[in-house]
Formats: sequence, C-alpha cells, structure tokens
Amino acid sequence: MIRFLSLGLWRDRSRSLFPLLTVIFGVMLTVVLFSWIKGFEDNFLQTNARLGSGHVAIMSRAYAAEADQLPNDLALTGVGGILERLRRDFPAFAWTPRIHFAGLLDVPDKKGETRAQGPVGGLAFDLFSTASPEKSILNLELALVRGVLPQKKGEVLLADEFAANLGIGPGATVTLIASTMYGGMATANFTVAGTFRFGAPAMDRSMMIADISTIRALLDMDDAAGEIVGFFRAGFYDREKAERESERFNNLYHASTDPFAPQMATLLHLSGMSQLLGWMDAMLGAIVAIFLTAMFIVLWNTGLMGNIRRYGETGVRLALGETKGHVYRSMISEAAIVGLIGSIIGTTLGLALAFYVQKHGFDFSGMMRNASMLMTTRFHARVTGTAFYIGFIPGVAATVLGAATAGRAIYKRQTSRLLKELEA
Amino acid sequence: MTGNHLIRTENLVKTYPMGLSQITALNNVSLVFGAGEFSGLVGPSGSGKTTLLNIIGSLDSPTSGGAEVLGRRIEKLSHREAAELRNHSIGFIFQTFNLLPVYTAYENVEFPLLLLKTPAGQRKKMVMEALEWVGLADRGRSRPSQLSGGESQRIAIARAMVKRPPLLLADEPTANLDAENSHHILQTMEKLNRELGTSFLFATHDEKVIGYLRRKITLVDGRVAKDETFPSPAGKGV
Ligand SMILES: Nc1ncnc2c1ncn2[C@@H]1O[C@H](COP(=O)(O)OP(=O)(O)OP(=O)(O)O)[C@@H](O)[C@H]1O
Ligand SMILES: [Mg+2]
Repeated sequence: MIRFLSLGLWRDRSRSLFPLLTVIFGVMLTVVLFSWIKGFEDNFLQTNARLGSGHVAIMSRAYAAEADQLPNDLALTGVGGILERLRRDFPAFAWTPRIHFAGLLDVPDKKGETRAQGPVGGLAFDLFSTASPEKSILNLELALVRGVLPQKKGEVLLADEFAANLGIGPGATVTLIASTMYGGMATANFTVAGTFRFGAPAMDRSMMIADISTIRALLDMDDAAGEIVGFFRAGFYDREKAERESERFNNLYHASTDPFAPQMATLLHLSGMSQLLGWMDAMLGAIVAIFLTAMFIVLWNTGLMGNIRRYGETGVRLALGETKGHVYRSMISEAAIVGLIGSIIGTTLGLALAFYVQKHGFDFSGMMRNASMLMTTRFHARVTGTAFYIGFIPGVAATVLGAATAGRAIYKRQTSRLLKELEA
Repeated sequence: MTGNHLIRTENLVKTYPMGLSQITALNNVSLVFGAGEFSGLVGPSGSGKTTLLNIIGSLDSPTSGGAEVLGRRIEKLSHREAAELRNHSIGFIFQTFNLLPVYTAYENVEFPLLLLKTPAGQRKKMVMEALEWVGLADRGRSRPSQLSGGESQRIAIARAMVKRPPLLLADEPTANLDAENSHHILQTMEKLNRELGTSFLFATHDEKVIGYLRRKITLVDGRVAKDETFPSPAGKGV
C-alpha cells in the first residue's frame, strides 16, 4: 500500500511537488536561520571572551563590583601566586593576567607640543613570554594591519582607525597619561610598533594594546592585575562547566571576608550576557514557532485543496469498500512521505548553506558602523547537532498536522451520496 | 441465514427530509434476489432506483424496514462493517467510470486486492485474469486518460470483478457510452454472469441494457410497479 501511495505521489506532481517544494523551502530556511543565530550567539560570546574578560575571569571582589569603571586601585595583588594555583588546580583553562586601563593619548610634534590628542582605552597582557596564550587567543598576527608586533618594552599597538585619526603610523611616538594604582599621575612615552583591527567596532575605535610588564611599571601595579582571565582549552564556551568551575573556585574563599579576595565569574555573568543569551534563545524559539505556524497554514491549505481536488478519488475509494479511517490514514502517510523527503532535502540544503557560512563567513561591517558591542563584523554560522533535526519538526509535523486537519473532511462524507456525487 | 437468496428486502422505506415535508424515495419495497441473477431496476427518473441500489450496496441505510444482503442485516451495519462488506463481497460500476487517474489500468484493477491484502503473487494472477475477462490484457500499462470510454468502463468492470464478488451493482453503466460500446460491455457482463455465477443488479433506463435483462423490476414513485422475468433475455441482439 505504501508503494501504491508513493506511486500516486510520484505521478501526480500537484500532489507532491508543490507541498514538497514548500517543505524543502521552509525546512531549509529553518535550518539556515537556526545555524545563523547559533553562529551569531557563538561569535558574540567568543568575541566578548577574547577582547573582554575571557570565558571566566578572576578579580578582587571590590574590583568586580565596579568592573565597568576599570578601578585599578582595587586590582588583585599577589597575582603570581594565584596564577600558579590556578594552573595547578584549574587546568581546563588557559590562564593569563590582563589589565584594562584608560587614559589620554597625546601625540607630540618635534618640539614636544601636542599635535593631536584623544581618550584611549587600553588592554595590557603578556605579549612577550613564549608561554603566553594571548597571541593565539587574540589572533594578533591576523589583526595586525600595519607595522609589526611589539618586540620590546616601550612598544605598543594602536587601533588602525585610531592611529589614522591621530595622523600617525608605525614608528611614531605617543605619550600616555593615566593614573596609577594609588591615584598618582603617570605619563610615559611609547613607540607605536604597529596598528591592528579586530573587526569589533568598539575595539577598533580608540584602543591601545601594550605588554603587561610595561603597564605594570607605569601604573605601579607590580604583581597586580585587574583580572586573571581563563579560556577553555577546548576552544568553545561551555556554559555548564564554566558555572561548575567558578563555583568550585569561589568555595575556596567562602570563609574569607577580605574585600580583595579573588572571585571567579563566568562570561555570562561578567557582561550581563545571560540576559542577552536568554533573549537570543527566546528569539530562536520564536523563529522556529513562526515557521511552524506559517508552514502549518500553507500545508494545511495544500492538504485542503488536495482533498477537494481528490474528492472524486476519495469517493471511489470509499465506495469500493475502503474505510474512512483507512483513507484518512493513507492521506496522513502521504503527507508523512512528503514531509520526510522534503525535510531531508531541506535539511541537506540548509546545512550546506550553513556550513558554507560557517567556513567562509559573511561580512556585514557595513551594517555595524556605529555598534559599541564587542562584535566581530565577519559573521560565521555555527552548525550544531540540533541543526540536523530541527527542520524535521516543522517539516514533518506541520505537513502531517496539515493533512490531519484537512483530511477530517473525509469523516463528514456521507456514503449514501457517493453514487450521486460520482455521477456528476 | 441466506440459504436460497442473496438479497432480501422487507418493507423497505426511505424518506428524505425536504423542507418541512418529506420525499419518499422508497415505499414498502420487498424484493428477493437469488444467486446468479441478471436483473435490473428500471423506471422514470426519481423513481428510487439509485436509492435502492445504495441501500443494497450498504452505502445507505433504510428509514424503516430492512434488507439482508449476503447474510448481513444492512440496517445494523456500522460504517466499518459496511465498508468491509463492500470490500469483500460487492463490486460497483458507476455511470462515470471513476478510474483513479494517476494509476494505470493494471493498478486500478489491483487496488481492491491491495485493500484485501492479497499476497503479491496471487494478486498479479488475479489482475491479469480480470483484464483478460474484459479483453484488455494488453492495456494494463495505459493510464485512464489514454483509454476510450468503452475501454475505461471495461477496466472498471475488471476492477469490480477482480475479487470475484458474489454481487455486482451497476448504476447506469452505459449512460456515457455509445451503442457499440454499450453492447460490448453488456456482453462482457453477461459472460461473467454465466461463467462466474456473479449476480448483477442494474439501475437503468437504457433500452439497450433492458434488452439484456432476465428480470426487470419497474419502480414508480418508490414502489415496485412490475416484476417481470424472461426465460431468455427479451431484446438480445438489439
Ligand atoms: N440525498 C437525498 N436527499 C434528498 N432527496 C433525495 C436524496 N437522494 C435521492 N433523493 C430523492 O429521492 C428520489 C429518488 O431518487 P433516486 O436517485 O433514487 O432516483 P433514480 O430512480 O435513481 O433517478 P434517476 O433515474 O434520475 O437516476 C428523488 O425524488 C430524489 O430527488
Ligand atoms: Mg439514479
């Protein structure tokens, strides 16, 4: 009987082709959108982690409370000891200290007078030691636009756009004016070794990157750091594990009342991102729901039309002694066949497209000019396991449900009228 | 139990509501049909022929009175049981041939056997045999759209006969056919009646059909007006 139904489907294109194309298109869109949003989420997390505060970050309790103000006067001290302990007891992460600072960048002319000036945000980390994971985490080589990476103390990198605005390039001398850990004023001259662009508008506008030892010396932060950031060695952010590990760490200091005791927070809590991710997840659910509804309506309609068109056929089958239940179930089987084949094709096409965008990315910098979030402008989709089956939910369920509701008309059919209807 | 009759109707009444009043389509019809008959219901339009065929074919149930068809009480059958009776024991032939358009002639004939879950090997044999009865063994691959009206109706006969039902009901089977094709399919049905012992019951006002009948029941306003039998078909060869 399945063979018989399949034959009918195959030969009657209006029974199969239109619904099939609808399913393929809908499923493909679902898979692509799903992967895109996943990719969006992933890019977002990854960018925030890299340029911000890692997958997890350790700060002093006091620093954490006002982290957005970069309160270096509240920074962690005794960083060397903490790092040693972290590397021993929390090996799932690559650990590295960072200092965020802010100040004024002054470009002097030959006479030492200000030629250009601008506020600057700074990030300092271990640039020179070979064990430092930072170069690969930040992909500095790739981010480099002009010049070279800093080779020795006193050399820094500037955001390419920022450097252009200041009218300088590699080799220029700049003066940083900032305040020390103890509130004093600090100034120092640096040489611009090169310029960078991360593809994150907030980073690329007025940013400076320096080696942590240089900044420690300038800001009186010997063996101190604003934060010690940790990156999953596995690469991706693992929400559950991050929560577990931070709880384990914080339990170690549970009894302490010291406001400068270290405290671990996860990416989600660091930047208030849990809300954002929750919102993204909700959006993802809504998109799938909208598709389900839209496809349901379209396929329900298709089922209804098919039913009307096949009124005669249904009548003959009932007259020949097929039960209503059997006719009804065969309609649903047909829908299931169409839904399944359509979902398989649609998922394949959708995955192909999603994989392509995962691999090659998609540049949308034009749309992101003024964004202040730490978001890359090159978008990559992310194909997750879910993408392999998500399309089957609307693809099969909506098709079958559509046929199931439309097919209910069969039960309203009166066999006593069949002969008369069939004469028409 | 049936014993010597295939169909027995007892004071069969069928009324349809019509606005405030009612239409009486069948009025106290009591008839008995034996096995192997070649009978027809005749009468003017609206006299109740199709209605009676419907009830005998378990497509409809009577308002009052009863009918026993192949040992089953029609008025007591559920939808399922009625479908099963049609599926197993009754063949239908319609005025418009009503072949399933996307299937080939062969597959159309095969369809009732699929419903009966006949095993594949046996199915093939039975389908080929049915196609041979109607002289279309070589047209199995054709689609209904490629068949003439006469051929279509012969395929419909093969479809009705393939499961070898004891009873075949035909409502105006020749209404859409020319004279030559009408005679052709009537001869085919007569042959099947003779060779397989299948009982045929027609509803018709076509003189050509009437010419082949061995029993002619005339309905007028839902009543049996005349019930005539002919030792040999009255108008054979017309
Ligand atoms: N479903 C129905 N609802 C209302 N009236 C009906 C219905 N079916 C049949 N009738 C009426 O019952 C009467 C008998 O109809 P029936 O179709 O049995 O006649 P018939 O002898 O087959 O006529 P024809 O030769 O035109 O096919 C007619 O008056 C018809 O209008
Ligand atoms: Mg009629």
